[in-house]
Amino acid sequence: MTRLSQSFASDRAALVAFITAGDGDTAANLDALVEGGADIIELGMPFTDPMADGPAIQLANLRSLAAGTKTADIFAIAKDFRVRHPNVPLILMGYANPMVRRGAQWFADACTDAGVDGIICVDIPAEEDDVLGPGLRNAGIANVRLATPTTDANRLPAVLEGATGFLYYVSVAGVTGKQQAAQASIEDAVAALKSQTDLPIAVGFGIRTPEQAAAVAKTADGVVVGSAIVEIIAEHGAGAAPHVRDYVKSLSSAIYNARK
Amino acid sequence: MTETQNPPNSYRSQPDDRGHFGDFGGRYVAETLMPLVLDLEKHYTAAKADPAFSAEFDDLLEHYVGRPSPLYYAERLTEDVRTNAPEGKGAQIWFKRDELNHTGAHKINNCIGQILLAKRMGKTRIIAETGAGQHGVATATVCARFGLPCVIYMGARDMERQQPNVFRMKLLGAEVVGVESGARTLKDAMNEALRDWVANVHDTFYIIGTAAGPHPYPELVRDFQSVIGREARTQMMDRTGRLPDLLVAAIGGGSNAIGLFHPFLDDADVAMLGIEAAGEGLKKKHAASLAGGEPGILHGNKTYLLQDEDGQIDEAHSISAGLDYPGIGPEHSWLSDIGRVEYDSCTDEDALAAFQQLCRTEGIIPALEPSHAISAVVKRAAEMDQDKVILANLCGRGDKDIFTVADALGVKM
Ligand SMILES: Cc1ncc(COP(=O)(O)O)c(C=O)c1O
Repeated sequence: MTRLSQSFASDRAALVAFITAGDGDTAANLDALVEGGADIIELGMPFTDPMADGPAIQLANLRSLAAGTKTADIFAIAKDFRVRHPNVPLILMGYANPMVRRGAQWFADACTDAGVDGIICVDIPAEEDDVLGPGLRNAGIANVRLATPTTDANRLPAVLEGATGFLYYVSVAGVTGKQQAAQASIEDAVAALKSQTDLPIAVGFGIRTPEQAAAVAKTADGVVVGSAIVEIIAEHGAGAAPHVRDYVKSLSSAIYNARK
Repeated sequence: MTETQNPPNSYRSQPDDRGHFGDFGGRYVAETLMPLVLDLEKHYTAAKADPAFSAEFDDLLEHYVGRPSPLYYAERLTEDVRTNAPEGKGAQIWFKRDELNHTGAHKINNCIGQILLAKRMGKTRIIAETGAGQHGVATATVCARFGLPCVIYMGARDMERQQPNVFRMKLLGAEVVGVESGARTLKDAMNEALRDWVANVHDTFYIIGTAAGPHPYPELVRDFQSVIGREARTQMMDRTGRLPDLLVAAIGGGSNAIGLFHPFLDDADVAMLGIEAAGEGLKKKHAASLAGGEPGILHGNKTYLLQDEDGQIDEAHSISAGLDYPGIGPEHSWLSDIGRVEYDSCTDEDALAAFQQLCRTEGIIPALEPSHAISAVVKRAAEMDQDKVILANLCGRGDKDIFTVADALGVKM
């Protein structure tokens, strides 16, 4: 079993928590996510042009870059995290250009070296898998694909081909942020995905309250929360960690109580 | 990344069925957009094969846009060049006058094609990004003509330097949304348009303004703009009985350039020169992605980009808002790598000089974008024999730029 598959193995949904690397005190915030009960970490790689993100994560990207975050810093953050938390899976999430800049093999090697468990790349669809996917899969790094409300039944097999780790269901057609999907539509979508794959299904976009998290946890294998945490970091800056921990705790408690 | 194989049988058969021009192009978009992009490709393929589609396109180009645009021999500019050129030098300079199109630039050719596609696909809302505002004006124009609501994303800095076009778009009924992120120019406007599109896929058609973005945009924009080169080829043969020796065009994303070049790509004796914006100079702030960039992925395609060693995109700079973009259409990246087209650049300062030279010698006020090409034309003409023929794309008129030019020349209006 991998770290990743292990964290989906329990009888409750996993809490997947996102923050942007280099925005605020990242090491402290990562520890706070784990203390608060996050099962899987998604660490955002900042990019100058985060075109699939809403205002909260856009600003986090720009704050991080303004603070001078380099690709090397992100891998250093991941590596240190791996030392402190040997069993918590960490996924890098971001855009294609910073990932492919030094070549797919370089990136896969850097992930292996830092103990990164998987990758989510927003703008490499299945059709362009060649630029990154094979290198990752050969290195045993999960290549997490996204499915969305526009991914119809005809297309789904293409998305699943070469998808590893888990499947991330983006529950709204839109950018990251505040919009949220109706619970019924999430349930239908997860059921449809489950009929086509054995991969765990994590659901994200627009989830911010413990109630929402609990509702999604009833159907999905993972619940992804991002913008709401990033907003807390924006509000509290360098001292955000305790606030992040308390908020994540409220989500994880709700999820623990909402058995599948 | 230089291609080592033999040259292809035809330079006009790209892209492949995945939208790749050699190593470049492709469909690097979020999954939400992927089904839409595939659907667009399907509809475009059907439209291309449908005589009714091209008939409507041609009819609108003739009666609404005012095509064919004239092919003009710039006699006084040619004389001006010859005055300062070495003995026997000074090629003839001809212009394809797309600045005489309705709305004042080549952008409308593409907008007519795309709005017909939008209609075919049953889309009811149009969005677009704009830099100089020419594509925004052209999009707002076709939306008014077809009665569709229209939202234009424009960098806040570009709104300041292109105020007449902002007002034009509003007069035409468009909503103009100022984009405050990044350097507040074209790249940021494109990001924001993509965000809108992702959130409104069900009813919205994105009219991209240059030959870039995810497949099939680079191909379809090229095809719609190729009317420029097709007309020019016929006109040149009719008027002079020969093909030009050199084609020159300015490059932002590269739509006017590819529109002129593409119909000539297999004419081995026709040389081609694309001119990027060198801004304050290639060692300072500029917008020359081929000269100063490296291959990368942005806005749906793989292409040359201005970027740092971590793949973060650099801000571009050009006095011309329409060239102020850190990327270039993927077909140009390919044509550059295989060596079929030569690319060079022109600074803000040289473009301003060429702008004034054309005003005074020909009574034509060009846009700042083609002023970059004109600067290169004047330099090349002086090195070429007098019986040689240069054809440049005069792709836009300069009314929109008079405030920027006045400012650069230190004139208070
Ligand atoms: C007159 C004119 N020429 C050129 C351009 C650059 O675009 P492209 O390289 O796609 O022709 C613009 C863009 O706004 C323009 O308005």
